[in-house]
Amino acid sequence: MLRTTAAVIAGKAARVAARLRGGGSAMPGLVAERVDPAFLTHALGRVPGGVVVVSGTNGKTTTTKMLAAIVAAHGRRVFTNPTGSNFTRGVISSMLGEIPLSGRLDADVAVLELDEWHALQFAKVVTPTHALLLNVARDQLDRFAEIDTTAKLLASLAEQTRDGVVLNRDDSFVARIDGSLGEGVAVRWFGIDPVVADDLPPLHEADARFSDELAVPDAGADDGLLHPHDARSFSVHFGGDEVGPLELKQRGLAAMINATAATTMARMVLGSAFSARTALTALQAVTPPFGRGEVIDAGGQPLELVLVKNPAGFTVALGTYGAEPVATMVAINDDYADGQDVSWLYDVSFESLREKGVALTSGIRGYDMALRLSYDDVPVGGVELDLERALDRLLAEHPDEPRRIFCTYTAMMRLRRLLAARYGLANFGEEASA
Amino acid sequence: MSGQSSSHSSNEPSAADASGPAVGASKGLVNLVHLYPREMSIYGDLGNVRCLAGRIRRHGYDVRVWDHHPGSTLPDEPHLFMGGGGQDSGQGRVEEDLAAIADRLRGLATDGVPMLMICGMYQLFGNAFITVEGQELPGLGILDVTTRGNAKRMIGGLVVDTEWGQVVGFENHSGSTVLAPGQAPLGRVLAGNGNNGSDGTEGARTDNVVGCYLHGPALPANPPLADALIAAAAEHATGRPFEPGELDDTLADEARTRQIARLLKTAKAS
Repeated sequence: MLRTTAAVIAGKAARVAARLRGGGSAMPGLVAERVDPAFLTHALGRVPGGVVVVSGTNGKTTTTKMLAAIVAAHGRRVFTNPTGSNFTRGVISSMLGEIPLSGRLDADVAVLELDEWHALQFAKVVTPTHALLLNVARDQLDRFAEIDTTAKLLASLAEQTRDGVVLNRDDSFVARIDGSLGEGVAVRWFGIDPVVADDLPPLHEADARFSDELAVPDAGADDGLLHPHDARSFSVHFGGDEVGPLELKQRGLAAMINATAATTMARMVLGSAFSARTALTALQAVTPPFGRGEVIDAGGQPLELVLVKNPAGFTVALGTYGAEPVATMVAINDDYADGQDVSWLYDVSFESLREKGVALTSGIRGYDMALRLSYDDVPVGGVELDLERALDRLLAEHPDEPRRIFCTYTAMMRLRRLLAARYGLANFGEEASA
Repeated sequence: MSGQSSSHSSNEPSAADASGPAVGASKGLVNLVHLYPREMSIYGDLGNVRCLAGRIRRHGYDVRVWDHHPGSTLPDEPHLFMGGGGQDSGQGRVEEDLAAIADRLRGLATDGVPMLMICGMYQLFGNAFITVEGQELPGLGILDVTTRGNAKRMIGGLVVDTEWGQVVGFENHSGSTVLAPGQAPLGRVLAGNGNNGSDGTEGARTDNVVGCYLHGPALPANPPLADALIAAAAEHATGRPFEPGELDDTLADEARTRQIARLLKTAKAS
């Protein structure tokens, strides 16, 4: 206990220091973990309503935010890591703001976004009661080497989950996990209503591991199916029950699927306490997380920041945003957090940008992006590798129209900081108060 | 050039086939075959097909892209082949089909048909792949190389000095490939690991067949290599010398030279 208290104090001190420096760091978590390696076990071990882990390649941050909002709207005290800090140290860092000196988190439910690798590291010290597994796509193959490896990581996470999992019925990498669960673990599914699925673009990677077609069971009364009504409005159907129709503040099909996943898991965690009306109200109020379709008022015109990090995500983002042509910039970095291999840009079709063109490409691999666009005959207005100069140019050359920036992770972080400084936005990691 | 159009129903026109402006009168039709786009094309290998198709068109030729899946029939007159890297599971899925078309591929390679095989397909074009457990999986033997499974994975930027200048890409492989005596490499490694991380060679080349570990994808950023393959394909398709168009490669040159400079700087520093 003494050691935990010492870890809380050391971590809180490091957190104050990190925030004075500009925040958003996993360092305070590292400090606390060094002082007390059992910190996480102690803090989360007795959260009464469960520890829910959200993992998968695309949509973790958005889905986690939606799930936490729905559960909180039902009167539960929710602990979550809201900043996309999806490594275990990031989770500890987010705890340090609200944890008492006892080191035991004062919450009813924990809803945690964890990346595929760290979800497994996390499960070694805290057994998740629930896991929501979103999808498996080619992403950061320089880190995970194979898509199959990512699928295996998620399957191991599910195997270590105690009470229940929610799986994506449309993603065969995830759907096959059904076969590898522990005894007594409940399975629920989320997905797109088969009635409308044929009208939608392919959202998932081909799973080439097996020759047989995967048969997903018919949706039961506790499985959530997305039913889009138009570009903005949709419902989630559970047997005869329905959450909707509703509109999110975040646009696009990906956000609707994330809402479907979050609602299905919320229903599982809350049981009979779940209220469709409360869930609907909560979902409608959720704002997009930083940089994920976030709209910033930049000098009287909206500027949209859209995080892209793999072919599936970029394709869905173009499907969502490409139909509304605006002044567009694409910023591609290749640091570790972005994925060092930019090959994936060639697995995305950019034809939807052809008519309006792209105003600028930027980032370390700005020329590679411009080259990629040239092969889809998309006109490019210019290449400016420096992100700040590129942002200046985009704003100066397109003052009277909406602007949109597709960007990889580190490019998004840098642009978000520049925009926060210019337009008085909340800093990264301070979203709860925004 | 006729007879390739609709008779092979198992072949589908590829996404890479769809777009691009026609440039004047066609100088001829080039049939480009993408081997196993589903099983053996992660890490952006589709980009090489997009690049070849786009450049062939810009050089003034027509192009038809054939996606070859396990069980489908090869076109009657293929002029250019591209094969990419897959996962171990994907490699297992194509072995049977590859055995079925092996004689045809060997004959075409001997006739000088250009082929670019990357990573997994490069390994399958060699003599054998020997797994970590010692199991020997036979290859096509078109390139005189042997690959062994390795505990260490070789991942990162790769720069190679070739007869077409410095070529840049991204390698991501656990197989370690060794050239037989007399087998020419594609080039010498300037940064990265290449074939095996120890002998300084990268890739292999026999006639117009090139195997290598260059993802990136390799061709868009390295137009001289792309055009060498296209030239051989065009000559094969038309029976006339390659008649190149005037292409603007400014963006490719900027992307390539900047990335090479970064990687060489890191290689020197370490």
